[in-house]
Amino acid sequence: MSFPILTSIVALPVVGAFLLLLVKGDEERSAPLVRNIALMVSVLVFAETLLLWARFNAASSDFQFVERHAWMPAFGIEYFVGVDGISLLLLVLTAFLTPLALLGSWESVHKQTKAFSIFVLLLESAMMGVFISLDLFLFYIFWDAMLVPMYFLIGIWGYDRRIYASIKFMLYTMAGSVLMLLAILGLAYLHYTATGGYSFDLLKLYDLQIDLHLQFWFFLAFALAFAIKVPLFPFHTWLPDAHVEAPTAGSVILAGVMLKMGTYGLVRFAFPLFPEAAAYFAPALAVLAVVGIIYGALVAMVQPDMKKLVAYSSVSHLGFVVLGITAMNTQGVSGAVYQMLSHGISTGGLFLIVGMLSDRRHTRQIVEYGGLKKITPHLVAAFLIITLASIGLPGLNGFVGEFLILLGAFRWDPRLAAFAATGVILSATYMLWMFQRVNYGPVTNEKNATLSDLQPREWVVIVPVIAVAVLMGVLPNLFLRPIEPSVERMLNHYHQAVATRVQANRERPASDAPLARRRQP
Amino acid sequence: MNGALNAIVPMACVTAAGIAAMVAESFRDPGERMPIAGLGAVGLIGAAFATILLWNHNSSSFGLVSADNFGLFVTGTLIVLGLLSLAISGPTIERERLPGGEYYALMLFATAGMMLMATATDLLVIFLALEVMSLAVYVLTGIRRDSPASTEAAFKYFLLGAFSSAFFLYGIAFTYGLAGTTRLDKIGHFMAAQAMSPTLMQMLALGLLIVGFAFKVAAVPFHMWTPDAYEGAPPAVTAFMSTGVKAAAFAAFVRVFLSAFEPMRGNWSDVVWVLAAATMIVGTVAGVTQSSVKRMLAYSSIGHGGYLLVALVSGNEFGKGAVLFYLLTYAITNIGAFGVIALLDSADRPNDQVKDYAGLWNDHPVLAALMTIFLLSLGGFPPMAGFIAKWYVFSAAVRAGYTGLAIIGVLTSVISVFFYLRIVVQMYMTPSDVPAQFPAVPKVAAAALVVSAILIFYLGILPTRVLDLAAASISTIF
Repeated sequence: MSFPILTSIVALPVVGAFLLLLVKGDEERSAPLVRNIALMVSVLVFAETLLLWARFNAASSDFQFVERHAWMPAFGIEYFVGVDGISLLLLVLTAFLTPLALLGSWESVHKQTKAFSIFVLLLESAMMGVFISLDLFLFYIFWDAMLVPMYFLIGIWGYDRRIYASIKFMLYTMAGSVLMLLAILGLAYLHYTATGGYSFDLLKLYDLQIDLHLQFWFFLAFALAFAIKVPLFPFHTWLPDAHVEAPTAGSVILAGVMLKMGTYGLVRFAFPLFPEAAAYFAPALAVLAVVGIIYGALVAMVQPDMKKLVAYSSVSHLGFVVLGITAMNTQGVSGAVYQMLSHGISTGGLFLIVGMLSDRRHTRQIVEYGGLKKITPHLVAAFLIITLASIGLPGLNGFVGEFLILLGAFRWDPRLAAFAATGVILSATYMLWMFQRVNYGPVTNEKNATLSDLQPREWVVIVPVIAVAVLMGVLPNLFLRPIEPSVERMLNHYHQAVATRVQANRERPASDAPLARRRQP
Repeated sequence: MNGALNAIVPMACVTAAGIAAMVAESFRDPGERMPIAGLGAVGLIGAAFATILLWNHNSSSFGLVSADNFGLFVTGTLIVLGLLSLAISGPTIERERLPGGEYYALMLFATAGMMLMATATDLLVIFLALEVMSLAVYVLTGIRRDSPASTEAAFKYFLLGAFSSAFFLYGIAFTYGLAGTTRLDKIGHFMAAQAMSPTLMQMLALGLLIVGFAFKVAAVPFHMWTPDAYEGAPPAVTAFMSTGVKAAAFAAFVRVFLSAFEPMRGNWSDVVWVLAAATMIVGTVAGVTQSSVKRMLAYSSIGHGGYLLVALVSGNEFGKGAVLFYLLTYAITNIGAFGVIALLDSADRPNDQVKDYAGLWNDHPVLAALMTIFLLSLGGFPPMAGFIAKWYVFSAAVRAGYTGLAIIGVLTSVISVFFYLRIVVQMYMTPSDVPAQFPAVPKVAAAALVVSAILIFYLGILPTRVLDLAAASISTIF
């Protein structure tokens, strides 16, 4: 039996959290030790995920490093984990951003550092658990467990309206996910009626023949959970609140990793489990995605608050991801997965930069800044690179994903691609305009005149982000290589299922259409 | 001696401990401290051993009490919550200057009544057990004799309880008039023969029994006594009765309806469906508007009764197993939550409003963390036991085809999270405006709460063993 590397990756942060519990002493004395332990643990986890990547066989489309143990045998629930190309890189992304998030809030978190670090580590563990679970029950446990530490991070260390934002975050995401729980139960029961045994095993459930009528309901339940998480327009209203009120670490993790859970869920669960329903609803989802792209961009443009601007830009960027997924062709889905990673890097970087500015000036209002270029040239240079990465400048990470997505969307329906492409232009408008107002021109506010440039700690935070952004832009194949076989396998399965029952597909939706419309917002 | 008395050994142990507690109290000088709770613990541990020995033996006493695995599982749950209740009662007794011997004796008698109720297989014995339990709990509710709130609560509880007992007894009388017996198995045979065309008398008997049980399990619309009784009673007593009474009443409810009245399922399932839906909805929606923590948790426990009713009406293997598992996790969790309330309750400051919990994290980080664990488990978050319990209930409902109930269930549990979080918000995110006045925490009580929290995680992460036990328990009788 080989070393259970995935389990160790998920368990390590929890062990670290327990370790932190043992640290005694008052805030003043224990805080440095606590920070260092948490950082070391998260760096160790990152190292482990890199090792995982190195040992990953990129040519194979199968799940690798699989571990499988009976957990609740009477109900067919297993501890069943594994990674394929899609989840591998998301796992690496999570492990990459967590130490940066910890470092980024090194000086902005002053109270209860111990609890803060514990919650960040628990959150990391739960998020990675979501990506590696191949048992739906296990997946749901991680999915729900993830909310609690995030809730505390926003609620305790957030800004003024943190309580409202944290509760809204919790209730919104929970309301979405509980119906998915019922759909999961329903799936397991279908497996029971089909084979005589309960199972939550994703691979077995992929092969289940599900009645079209049920598929619609199940797909809607799953899609609602994921659409809220993404967030897809019009389910996005929790996001600006949560982002604006969250502390820097919270925003980085929320935008960098958590939003991807929604799109990951669509790729991994909703589309392959219910192919016919997915095919039926894909156009509607794509339209919502395009609306989200344009709406998010327009709303971002008028935001006076930098964090809110970046939050709405996430709505827009994630719209691209959903569009790529709904296209259901190689370019679209690979581009979507690539864009998930890329958005994690660039938006994570933006939130880190905004955090640095807000640490210095204790405000995130754009009008409070201006002319920073002369005062903090290094910070502004980093800001510029990440801004350009977010816009999608060729040679940086954002370009590859958006290009592939638009290509995929064009192959599916040129009209969607045409509308979505305006989002690219709009994103250049709002990001550059914000950048210009913050960094160029005269120094209008004298409080800005004495701001310090990047500290050594901040160099350590921002250089890796920039390095990865460049790497992803210059060598996209390094990242696309493991992604593509897994995407191909998923697409083959999907198109086969759709094709074999295309006849049924043609007959049934007519009777199910009213039902479907009722649930559409 | 051929073991005819075996089945009543657990409750005999507890009753003996109760009598010993009374005797000890009469020898106690005023002001003298006596380890009376220890006596109770000895009795309960004795009962626990008896329960383990009886497991799988399916022994029966006089044909009236049956120590089958179902009853023993509930007995085990009652022993756990009895021990936890004893442990958290100390501070309340000290502070309120309650007569310790009487308090513990009543608690033990009530526990014995609950055990009898869980194992009785005869309607009259169930009624007897119900009264033994209820009378002790009425007195416990009003044990703070100089407190008007406590007295009012006890009086309300007593009046409505007596009223519901009358309904229950009426139901038994009708059943006896029809079947000529009060033994559950014989009633079952009779009902099976008559199930195709039930007479008016049968329906009356059924309806009256449902009303009687619905009162005891605080199902809407028979829940009116609950918030007042839970609020007025000392918190340690509330912890005990919100869990024990519910566990015992549900055990009897399941036994009567899923064995004796199972043939008439078609006649009662719709009624229980409505009760379950109404209980979940009213329990959670009313909970949202409360400003007193005790009342909030009272409504929350009404809501949890609704989930148990979902499991009951589902009635399949999963449903029966879910009742047992849910009762266990609910008992541990709720006793923990009320235990924290009991520890924070001080003579000059009840600390009962939600806003009184502000800043608890700074003053008592461990208590705040424990309370959070209990509340999140009540809200059904993984990896706490509450999640597994709810999942079990909803699987039962989905499997039985009650998707509507399952949807109501998951949505109400989201709403319930809102009010559980209100307390969490106060504890962690709101600084207290007045200097906090929380009493010191006694070691035994704190240890009991820590044990509950550990059990919650154990049942949430490694539930297999207990799930299997629950599954094995239901196969013995139904």
